[in-house]
Amino acid sequence: MLELGAKDRRIVVLDADLSKSTQTVRFADRFPERFFDCGVAEQNLMGTAAGLAASGKIVFVSTFAIFASGRAFEQVRNTIAYGELNVKICPSHGGISVGEDGSSHQALEDVALMRAVPKMRVIVPADYYQARDAVKAAAYIDGPFYIRMSRPSVPAIYGEDYRFELGKAPVLREGEDVSILACGIVLGEALEAAELLAGDGIQAEVLDMVCVKPMDSESVLKSCEKTGRVITVEDHSITGGLGGAVAELLAEKSCGRLYRIGIRDEFGVSGSVRGLMEHFGLTASSIARVAREMCGS
Amino acid sequence: MRLDLKPPEEVSPSIEGRAGELREKLEAIAKEMRLDIVRMIGLAGSGHPGGSLSCVEILVSLYFYKMRHRPDDPTWPERDRFVLSKGHAAPALYAVLARCGYFDREELWGLRKLGYMLQGHPSMNTPGVEICTGSLGQGLAAATGMALAARLDSLDYRAFALIGDGESQEGEIWESAMFAAHHRVNNLVGILDRNRLQIDGPCCDVMELEPLADKWRAFGWKVQEVDGHDVLEICRALDSTDALAGPYMIIAHTVKGKGVSFMENVVDFHGKAPTPEEMERALKEIEES
Repeated sequence: MLELGAKDRRIVVLDADLSKSTQTVRFADRFPERFFDCGVAEQNLMGTAAGLAASGKIVFVSTFAIFASGRAFEQVRNTIAYGELNVKICPSHGGISVGEDGSSHQALEDVALMRAVPKMRVIVPADYYQARDAVKAAAYIDGPFYIRMSRPSVPAIYGEDYRFELGKAPVLREGEDVSILACGIVLGEALEAAELLAGDGIQAEVLDMVCVKPMDSESVLKSCEKTGRVITVEDHSITGGLGGAVAELLAEKSCGRLYRIGIRDEFGVSGSVRGLMEHFGLTASSIARVAREMCGS
Repeated sequence: MRLDLKPPEEVSPSIEGRAGELREKLEAIAKEMRLDIVRMIGLAGSGHPGGSLSCVEILVSLYFYKMRHRPDDPTWPERDRFVLSKGHAAPALYAVLARCGYFDREELWGLRKLGYMLQGHPSMNTPGVEICTGSLGQGLAAATGMALAARLDSLDYRAFALIGDGESQEGEIWESAMFAAHHRVNNLVGILDRNRLQIDGPCCDVMELEPLADKWRAFGWKVQEVDGHDVLEICRALDSTDALAGPYMIIAHTVKGKGVSFMENVVDFHGKAPTPEEMERALKEIEES
């Protein structure tokens, strides 16, 4: 954001009393005239962002994912998305990553909500480099974005040379037996699961589903046709998010068998992020177990 | 009568010395607009006549007196912005935009029909519509963003938002009220169409809004109250916002359904179209007024 802000005076950042949590405070310190704290008032946050965007600004909005997608859903739908405005919603604390705060603050439906809104692009980065480049790219692709960030530091998957491509699912590992499609903080777990599976003689293909919408249907179908078995992994409800999107695609194409790993129609609970990942079966060992069952071993 | 339909591109000269002529011009346009509104809702067979007819003088005063805009260049960066937060009054907005020349007046007769441009509530596909509205309470925030953008670009345009009294029951209105005062958005002007009725009945029965002016003052806004059907009172109030010491709220006291006797102050005409017979009767009445 600091790089973008220095380069382009059209960049404006809005937050809703969470600038210290979301770290937009760093932008505020550097470009105070282009930062607006909207207070604990997310509906006005989205409306003001829309007005700025309609007047030529590239507006980045940050708050927690639960408030961006839930509290202000209708403002996002009716004012921002319907007008195809240049508002880039970059919420932090998506999914279970807000851990100890518990269910009220865990957005487990945000990807589903945003994916259902026409014109909205839904991006779920897996590490710092991916988030950074997705944000940079979104600034110069016209229209609204929802870029779901997470709270904890996660191990890097990519490096400085990573380049985000809208609508592309990078294939991080090739394999013939099972396809693991993951996004966000659980992508690392999917890669680790593939390692575990390799030890058992199962070759897993891993796709980074950073773009939940628009989805790289071609790569998903190609992988599914090759392996015949697909597992989706997300720290989100299995309804309507990545798992939902992949299920829709595979069902329409009558392709392969699918198992969705995620949160199964329930609310979150308080706990450490690691503890919650184990609780909801999002770890490498859980993913590997599902894969083994699917592969019949 | 031939009307001088050219809207102002630059800040208008003072009213004084030409008050009579200005009143005559604006009232003539208002009458034409009322005819258009009744006809378009009648032909559509659905829509919101009450709240469209109550804000006619407000829109005429903005578009034909106060606002700086270029209908032949709707995205001119220095234009004043207008947001119809009470989006159900879209027929009034469409009527004034057509009168200004933003689009062909024939478009009005396609209101709400599949395959035509004019949507039931304002959409940005229509030239002159600055933001999508219709879901209540959301327009003031957007106007605030536009006003902030002027400040960031060191431009001197202003943002005007027309809000309804019923929609002032939405929490977002007061979120925006706080924000605009806190961030000293001095080029923001709200106009509140105080027609006192909402779908379920009188506002005071559904959800009391008074003391409304005190509420806005308490939120840090400069408040004036005007007769919302007196074009000169509206113009003078709008002129007073030239001082750029806002945010401003002009509470315009109006009559819902104004100009059609059987629609005036009748709750049912909030969201009910006139029948063909009622439409003819209303048109005749406005014509003869």
